Amino acid sequence: MSTSTQQPSTGSDAPVSAPPPGGHRTLPTWVTWAVFAAAAVVAAGIALVTSWNIVLFVIYTVVLGTVANYVLSRAVEGHRKATDRLVTCLVGCAFGIALVPLLSLVYEVVRRGAERFDGEFFSASLVGVIGEGGGAYHALMGTLIITLLTTLISVPIGLMTAIYLVEYGTGRLKKSITFLVDVMTGIPSIVAGLFAYALFVLVFGPGVRLGIMGAVALSVLMIPVVVRSCEEVLKLVPNELREAAYALGVPKWRTILKVVIPTSIAGLGTGITLAIARVVGETAPLLITVGITNAMNFNAFDGRMATLPVYAYYQLTQPGVPPQFAIDRAWTAALLLIILVMALNVVARLISRFFAPKTGR
Amino acid sequence: MTTTSAPPANPRPKRRPGDRIFAGSAKGAGILILLILAGVAIFLVTESFPALTAPAEDVPGGEGLASYIGPLIFGTLMAATIALLVATPLAVAIALFITYYAPRRIAAGLGYLIDLLAAVPSIVYGFWGIAWFAPRLVPFYQWLEENLGFIPLFAGPASATGRTMLTIGLVLAVMILPIISAISREVFSQVPSLHREAALALGATRWEMIKMAVLPYGKSGIIGGAMLGLGRALGETMAVAIILSGSAAGITWALISSANPQTIAANIALQFPESTGLAVNTLIASGLALFVITLLVNMLARWVVNRRADFSGAN
Amino acid sequence: MAKRIDVSDLDIYYGNFKAVEGVNVSIEPRSITALIGPSGCGKSTFLRSLNRMHEVIPGARVEGKVVIDGQDLYGADIDPVDVRRQIGMVFQRPNPFPTMSIYDNVVAGVRLNSARMKKSDMDDLVERSLKGANLWTEVKDRLNRPGSGLSGGQQQRLCIARAIAVQPEVLLMDEPCSALDPISTLAIEDLMTELKEQFTIVIVTHNMQQAARVSESTGFFNLNGVGQPGRLIEFNPTEKIFSNPDQKATEDYISGRFG
Repeated sequence: MSTSTQQPSTGSDAPVSAPPPGGHRTLPTWVTWAVFAAAAVVAAGIALVTSWNIVLFVIYTVVLGTVANYVLSRAVEGHRKATDRLVTCLVGCAFGIALVPLLSLVYEVVRRGAERFDGEFFSASLVGVIGEGGGAYHALMGTLIITLLTTLISVPIGLMTAIYLVEYGTGRLKKSITFLVDVMTGIPSIVAGLFAYALFVLVFGPGVRLGIMGAVALSVLMIPVVVRSCEEVLKLVPNELREAAYALGVPKWRTILKVVIPTSIAGLGTGITLAIARVVGETAPLLITVGITNAMNFNAFDGRMATLPVYAYYQLTQPGVPPQFAIDRAWTAALLLIILVMALNVVARLISRFFAPKTGR
Repeated sequence: MTTTSAPPANPRPKRRPGDRIFAGSAKGAGILILLILAGVAIFLVTESFPALTAPAEDVPGGEGLASYIGPLIFGTLMAATIALLVATPLAVAIALFITYYAPRRIAAGLGYLIDLLAAVPSIVYGFWGIAWFAPRLVPFYQWLEENLGFIPLFAGPASATGRTMLTIGLVLAVMILPIISAISREVFSQVPSLHREAALALGATRWEMIKMAVLPYGKSGIIGGAMLGLGRALGETMAVAIILSGSAAGITWALISSANPQTIAANIALQFPESTGLAVNTLIASGLALFVITLLVNMLARWVVNRRADFSGAN
Repeated sequence: MAKRIDVSDLDIYYGNFKAVEGVNVSIEPRSITALIGPSGCGKSTFLRSLNRMHEVIPGARVEGKVVIDGQDLYGADIDPVDVRRQIGMVFQRPNPFPTMSIYDNVVAGVRLNSARMKKSDMDDLVERSLKGANLWTEVKDRLNRPGSGLSGGQQQRLCIARAIAVQPEVLLMDEPCSALDPISTLAIEDLMTELKEQFTIVIVTHNMQQAARVSESTGFFNLNGVGQPGRLIEFNPTEKIFSNPDQKATEDYISGRFG
């Protein structure tokens, strides 16, 4: 990674190979890159000789480049500068390493998912499909329905709780709710699913699978996220606006509804959209509460439903014979999930841009 | 300071019905959250009760609840520990890179890029892990077996598919990376510039400045963030379920063989859809164990993070 | 419309901390009363207790009486919300509602209370209030623009228009000019002298020239030391306070020999 050097490189002036007697010399910036490039070439050579593998190639490059840079810098610039350079390399490499999964994941999902990203995928269910064809229309609708129900449950509870914490809460109740919301953010998603199952079993008996169960399970995961983000946003509303409304003889509840919430609507919208994005790809709770079906079922209160993540899971892990068709469908469903999540993220950003209070001219 | 023990002069002010209803429902929503959390605990206990009291031979595996859940807990802790060991240094380095090394103009964008890792659904990580990541780790595992096989952790035979405990640990590390780095970034950006400038004024290099001023200040924040990441890793389900499906080897330290212990969450996801009767109760009991473990880890993490918040307020 | 305010033995607390002690004062209708004193002496707290705004802060309460036209503001059956409709307030920093247009800001008091009003009446009210606040000519062509787009001085006059649109009897002003430039300050001061024809005005100010310029009576608040409650040291006609105050402390403060 690039580091600032006190001394501008003069291009033709090659780095000195031995430390001068007095003060230390500084290496020009391009040397760092050159060393890494050389390391990459050597690493490619090693990887080709043994067996070509991208992971090994990256590891060789990083290790060789860093070591070479350290040794060179230590020889030219001295101990302290060399350590500084070493850390700069390490820190930059760490960032680069983190990008590897991100890029490879997106690439892989798009490449494999594009295979079946067609009209039939969005219009057909899996009824009567053996092998080729078939789609995820039923699963997409199931995901939309259950996500909508989850939002309808979570937003009122989450928003009202945030309002309580910011506008009304005092003392121990406020403290314990804040703490427990924090704790709730950490509930594993599978445990939320078990909770919904255990709750509905009491009423409907063992083996029950309903769309609404999934919505309840997802709500357990979504509510704390909504509370957290709404709380942050409501806190940003200046107290002066509340006081202005009170001074006009407006009761507190109307002040909250008509002044506080409209002022923070952009932030609330963004927070809620991101919370939806967080639960839309949840799989585990739906796997054990909603199950899977091949047919259309748009009634969340009657029997199993298909949802995209669970659909993707079963198509990948139980593809049937021949497996390739189902596996293709699974990847397309995964691609669709990523698109959904990213679209929600983009929408969240747009909301915060367009609904922010206008500052006039 | 003038204090008074006299009772408040004005009685409780009269409140309008609108205010009463609104304040009441806000408070009700808050209390509902307490009830939900209590409900999670109570229902899990109720539904796992049959498994707790059942005779040992009726529990799946036939040797009682403890020997059923034990290996699962082991597997869960093992996977989460690997993830934590890999992710924490990486995340701290990334946070340092974004806050102190990257050019100011693109720093926010780079942070957003890392946050994207958190937005990817966990099932997609499973897809990626099994199809892209695991096969590419196979040569690396073979190398480990040949050269470090004498260490029990890397005992062979190395898996030919790459679907191993170490793979899981690495995938989980990627998943918790954004959590730890987000919190570390927040802490690092709060380091008072006075501290940093003082270090730089003494002639420190950038790394010495970070070592002297940034890391000591951010230590408890990093610890708290790492523990939140640990909590997430413990409960992670789908990626593990996809990558480790079909192997349930009990307690083993071998990280790169094809025989691996299962984690609690993945085991539930894999077994639940086909289970009935006592098997369901047993799975719920294991879920209860997971709930308790994550609860403790998260409470500890929050405590550490909040304590830091108290301290930084005093500065 | 304007009413007389009688305050007797008023103590104001924040939790267990006594912020203001033993205030007795009578404020005349259709006049401007200025409250001066060093920072933290409780004059703003006292002002906010006159329309029960201080209750917004948790733990704040008062002992004693504030009587407006024979009615105790702190009586058991009095709703603070009604009190605030009778007694308007203008704050230190202009705080128009950022989500509302200039028009909506003026009628905010009516709208937020969901009172029904005909469109033509509403238009009249906006024009009357903005004229009353000397802002009409400047904004009449852009009533639908956001209120936050105005300059600081215009925003403060918009806030005054908003306060007088609910037709209060008393207008409380908490350092209304401290965030404004001298020209805007002058505009507000002119406005105040016009408004006192209709309203009883109480103003807190750090600017002693301002108190001398606009007010009929002046009250001087002070405290004996940190952690001690503030007291009303002297309340007299403004001329007397600034020429020949009864108290040594008042004279010291006014002549700048304070502390």
